[in-house]
Amino acid sequence: MATNTSSTWQGWAKFAVAVAVLIALPHVLYPVFLAKVLCFALFAAAFNLLLGYAGLLSFGHAAFFGFAAYVSAHTAKEWGFTPELAIIAGTLVAAVLGVLMGLLAIRRQGIYFAMVTLALAQMVFFICVQAPFTHGEDGIQGVPRGYFLGLFSLESNFAIYYFVLAVFLIGVIIIHRTVHSPFGQVLKSIRENEPRAISLGYDADRYKLLAFILSATLAGMAGSTKVLVFKLASLTDVAWQMSGEVVLMTMLGGVGTMLGPIVGASIIVTMQNYLAEIGQLTLIIQGLVFVFCVLLFRRGIVGEIKHWWTRLRGGKDEPAHLGPSGSTGLSDGDAEAAHAQERAS
Amino acid sequence: MIEFLGVPLPLFMGQLLIGLINGSFYAVLSLGLALIFGLLNIVNFAHGALYMVGAFVAYLLLQYIGVGYWPALILAPIIVAGFGMVIERFLLRPLHDLDHLYGLLLTFGLALVLEGSFRHFYGVSGLPYSIPDSLSGAQRLMLPSWITGGDPAFMMALPNYRAWVIVASLIICTATYILIERTKLGALMRAATENPDLVRAFGVNVPMLITLTYGLGVGLAAFAGVLAAPIYSVNPIMGSHIIIVVFAIVVIGGLGSIGGAIISGFMLGVIEGITKVFYPEASNVVIFVVMAIVLIVRPAGLFGKGA
Repeated sequence: MATNTSSTWQGWAKFAVAVAVLIALPHVLYPVFLAKVLCFALFAAAFNLLLGYAGLLSFGHAAFFGFAAYVSAHTAKEWGFTPELAIIAGTLVAAVLGVLMGLLAIRRQGIYFAMVTLALAQMVFFICVQAPFTHGEDGIQGVPRGYFLGLFSLESNFAIYYFVLAVFLIGVIIIHRTVHSPFGQVLKSIRENEPRAISLGYDADRYKLLAFILSATLAGMAGSTKVLVFKLASLTDVAWQMSGEVVLMTMLGGVGTMLGPIVGASIIVTMQNYLAEIGQLTLIIQGLVFVFCVLLFRRGIVGEIKHWWTRLRGGKDEPAHLGPSGSTGLSDGDAEAAHAQERAS
Repeated sequence: MIEFLGVPLPLFMGQLLIGLINGSFYAVLSLGLALIFGLLNIVNFAHGALYMVGAFVAYLLLQYIGVGYWPALILAPIIVAGFGMVIERFLLRPLHDLDHLYGLLLTFGLALVLEGSFRHFYGVSGLPYSIPDSLSGAQRLMLPSWITGGDPAFMMALPNYRAWVIVASLIICTATYILIERTKLGALMRAATENPDLVRAFGVNVPMLITLTYGLGVGLAAFAGVLAAPIYSVNPIMGSHIIIVVFAIVVIGGLGSIGGAIISGFMLGVIEGITKVFYPEASNVVIFVVMAIVLIVRPAGLFGKGA
C-alpha cells in the first residue's frame, strides 16, 4: 500500500469534490429520489464488502435490510424514538441477526453459502409475515420522520436528504476504512487463497464471520434509514427479490470496487423509477441485465472503466477484481497466469 | 371419532397426505437439482421457474391445441427439456470454466426473466387446470376393525388424483435412480461427475452428456410442474417459493447423492405436514429450522460428502 502524502491528498480532494456534488445535487434533482438512491447505494456497498472483499455471495441480505427497517419503523412510530435512535435500534438488531445467520452460514462455502443465506432470509421473511408488530401485508405505514436529536424537524424533503447523506457518508467511511485496514487485507487474502491464509495462522472463519456481521450491520443501517425517507416498512423490504436486487446493483456497478455498488444502485433505482408504470417489465429487464452482466460484463461498469484506464496508462492490469471471489472468480488457468505475471514483475 | 396424539385422526392423516404430496414435489425437484449439480457443478436457480413453465406448457397445450393431461405429462417435460438444453448450450456452457457462482447468478437472472414474462402475460391470480376425468373422485379409507377393536373407523378421504401424484413421483424417482445407478448412460454420467477429462479421453462426448443431463434435470422439474397444475392453480409465482424451500432441503440432504435428495424431499414434506397439525404457525419455517439444526449438528448435510 502506497502511503505517500500526495496520493492521500488526492484521495481527500476527490472525496471533498464528491461530497460537494452530493450536497448540491438536491437543488437539481428530486431530494426523495436522491435519498432513496443513497439508501440503496449504502445497502449495495455493505453487500459488496462481503462479496467483493471476502468473496462470500450472500443471497439473504434483504433479511438485514428489511428486518432493520421494521425495527426502525416500529421504534420510531410506536415508541417515539428520535430518528437517530430508531436507526441505531434497527442497526443493532441487524447486527444481532447477522451474528445468528453468520454463525450458521459460514459453516458452508460457495454455492451452499448462497443457498443457506437465502433460506435463512426466507425464514426471516415468514417471521415478518406472521409477527404482529409488522402488520402483515399492510406493513408499518405513516412512520414519522421525527426530530433529529429531538430538536430539528426532518419533515421537509431537503432535511431528510441531508440526514440520509450524513448516514450514507458514515457508512461509506466505515466500509472504506475496513477495506483499507489490516483486517481488510486479511479478508482479501482469504478470498484469494483460503488454505494459504489458514496455514499462515489466520482464523479464516472468524474473519469471515466478522465481515458478515459488519456487512449485515451496515445493510441494516441502510434499511433503517430508508424507512424514514418513505415513512414505510413493508414485506417488499424483506422479500428474496430484494436480496437479488442488491446482488444485481453490485454486479452491474462492479464487484470489489468502492464506487461500483454506488453506481449500480443509482442505475437500478433510476430504472425502477422510470419503469414503474410498466409493471412486470421491470422484473424481465432486471433478469436480462443479470444475464448480460454474467455473460459479457463481469467486471461491471466501474470495474470495466478501471480496467481500460489502467490499460491506457500501460499499467499492470488487476485481474484479481474480476470475480465474486478473486481466485475462483477466474478460471484456474487465468489465476495461474496472473500469479506467473506477478512473479515476473 | 378416533384421535391420534390428541388430534382427530382424519385431520392428522389429511395433513400427512398434504405433506407427502409436497414431499413428492420436493423430491422430484431436488433430484433434478442434484443431477444438474453433479455434472455442471452449478445450482440451477431457474429450477423453480422451469417447474412453473412445465405447468404453463400443460395449460397452454390444453388451451390452444386441446392436448389433455396425459399427453401433456409426457410432452411438457420434453418441450421444457429441449428449452433447457438450449439454455445450457448457449448460456451456461460459456461459463463452465468460471466460478460456479456465475452459474447461480445467470440462472437467477433467467428465473426473473421467465417469472416476469409469465406475470406480464397472465397476471398473478392463477389459472385453473382441472383434474383428468379418469382420476377424479376419492376413496374413503377406513381403519380396519382389527386395529380399532370394534367397528371400522373413518380414517381419511383420499382423492384419487393426490394418490396418483405420490405414485407418479415415486415411479419417476425410482426410474431416474435406476437410470443413474444401473445403466450404461448413468455410469457415464457418474464417471463424468468424478473425472470429466478421463471420460473425454475414452471418446465420450462430455459436453453433449452435460447438455443432456441439464435437459433431464429440467425435464424432471417440468414433470413436477404438470403434476402440480391440477392441485395448485397454474401460477407464474408458483416456482419462486418452492425453489427456496427446495434449496433448504438440498442443504439438509446434501447434493452429493441421488438417493439422499429423494429421501430428504419426502421426509421434509412429511415433517412440514405434521408441523401443520400440531403447530400451524411454524409450518412455513419448519424446514428452515431443520436446516439450521442440520448445519449446527452435521454441517456437510445428512447425505453430504463435505461442503
